[in-house]
Amino acid sequence: MLRFILTRVSLVIPTFLGVTFLTFLLIRLVPGDPIEVRVGERGIPPERLEQLRHELGLDQSLWHQFLDYIGGVLSGDLGLSLVTRNPVLDEFLTLFPATIELAALAMLFATVVGLPAGIIAAVKRGSIFDHGVMGISLTGYSMPIFWWGLLLILFFSVGLGWTPVSGRLDLLYYVEPVTGFMLIDTLLAGEYGAFWSALHHLILPMVVLGTVPLAVVARMTRSAMLEVLGEDYIRTAKAKGLAGKRVIGLHALRNALIPVVTVIGLQVGTLLGGAILTETIFSWPGVGKWLIESINRRDYPALQGGVLLIASTVMAVNLLVDLLYGVLNPRIRHSR
Amino acid sequence: MTSEVQATAIAATVPTSQPPHPLVEFWYHFRQNTGAMIGLTVILVIALLALFAPLVVPHDPNIQYRDAILVPPVWQEAGNWRFILGTDDIGRDMLSRLIYGARLSMMIGLIVVTLSLAIGLALGLVAGFFGGMVDVLTMRLMDILLALPSLLLAVVVAAILGPGLVNAMLAVSIVVIPHYARLTRAAVMAETGKDYVVASRVAGAGPLRLMLIVVLPNCLAPLIVQATLGFSTAILDAAALGFLGLGAQPPTPEWGTMLASSLQFLQRAPWVVTWPGVAILVTVLAFNLLGDGLRDALDPKLKR
Repeated sequence: MLRFILTRVSLVIPTFLGVTFLTFLLIRLVPGDPIEVRVGERGIPPERLEQLRHELGLDQSLWHQFLDYIGGVLSGDLGLSLVTRNPVLDEFLTLFPATIELAALAMLFATVVGLPAGIIAAVKRGSIFDHGVMGISLTGYSMPIFWWGLLLILFFSVGLGWTPVSGRLDLLYYVEPVTGFMLIDTLLAGEYGAFWSALHHLILPMVVLGTVPLAVVARMTRSAMLEVLGEDYIRTAKAKGLAGKRVIGLHALRNALIPVVTVIGLQVGTLLGGAILTETIFSWPGVGKWLIESINRRDYPALQGGVLLIASTVMAVNLLVDLLYGVLNPRIRHSR
Repeated sequence: MTSEVQATAIAATVPTSQPPHPLVEFWYHFRQNTGAMIGLTVILVIALLALFAPLVVPHDPNIQYRDAILVPPVWQEAGNWRFILGTDDIGRDMLSRLIYGARLSMMIGLIVVTLSLAIGLALGLVAGFFGGMVDVLTMRLMDILLALPSLLLAVVVAAILGPGLVNAMLAVSIVVIPHYARLTRAAVMAETGKDYVVASRVAGAGPLRLMLIVVLPNCLAPLIVQATLGFSTAILDAAALGFLGLGAQPPTPEWGTMLASSLQFLQRAPWVVTWPGVAILVTVLAFNLLGDGLRDALDPKLKR
């Protein structure tokens, strides 16, 4: 087991170094250099330009710069934002809980709706329900989510007035951030009104961000279930006279879940990518919106740090899923 | 047993019968998939509209009719037949802009798929064929690209290259290369051990001939499916970049860009936001339906 874990972890290290190198190169590939681009046509005194370049280390050799950068990354120093002058890591960590909260709820939504839909579609293969679920999930999979978000806002927020248009919480409330997760913080503060407000603000972004994963989970669950339902042990279980629900819920589902869990884990990348669009539409104060703003403000150190941190998160989650998979399925653990 | 006997009996009675041409067989299976046929039809219609855009559009997509600003579609009270789907905030005809947008989206799909397929195919062939260090290095590089969420990577590449349609296409192409490379490599590795490859190697075929003429044709099925699905990814991602202001720039009638530039009229004139989205959804859905249908028809395991 330990050997399995060590192998998997050691495989991630070169990828991590590669991503670090990629994000390092990124800032150097900007035409001109980040300082010049940012200063634009206004121009600044040459001494100040030199000073700013020196702060970013742009006046040193590329090799030296990369070693500095790696050293910084490993000690948690991702540089300062060009705009706010705050450490990039601090800015990211302040905003990240908002993104995690949104992504986690979106995944929850996708699983809670997608899993049963996929199971029923497989059990009632060829029925109207099956065709309906498959049609809807293919549509969801093809959905431009930025447009989907706008439609939902138009209908539920503007038309019916059921949900707020943007943000995380009504202006009426102020809750001292403890964990950064609004749902938890409002409960800790005992502000139930604020909790409801936070929940209301979450619904539309959650649905929008969860749409593509929902489609993927429903399709994957259906095909995994169909495969398992054709197995001999299912026929045996039925022949033994077990109730249909027991056969499906216990014998089939448990085996069908393995690929589904993997797919859910792999959706983390989709969620963090989709968060860029969802957060922009709903003015959600998370890292996705922050990245787009950093691009618009030409704040390259922030962009660089943000990309590295998001990529690291995705890699860490994928590694976890991989390890979990090995724990759940001994065949994987021993085959490699 | 009985079926074998029957088979030999049939073979004996009809000695001249030949198996159907693979394309005929493929079409036979494909045709039975209603969704895929719908997808194919929709794509053909969009492609024809895109191709003959200058002939079919009712108005020039860039002419601003100052007397007809934010005219609603024809079925609404204030709508008229002059502008069937209404006009946008500076009086341009929505329908004409959408048709020209189809041109851009089809072109984006075609260029992105061609570019990424060509590079991914080459990398995958080389990695799968030569193995060893080449394989390890190529695949590690692909892993690095895959570690970044695709939209994030596209956004970053577009941000570095600068906003614009060409750069957006490049960004989206780079992002999807690893998928083709992995797929090709897996298919090549599955084929190279087979007898027919060994036979042609023994017969003296050089590496290029082995790669391109012997092995490649037998790896095409999954690549064709992936390329079809690649169209939908390309159109979606390019539209998302356009929406974020990193893709095509106004006044280009790219669907995502059109959506973004009329956002502030969402409440007053919902049609300016609705139609570009419908166009994206329908096109992407059609390619996904086609891709699913191709997969079913090309995969012999599912066929029977």
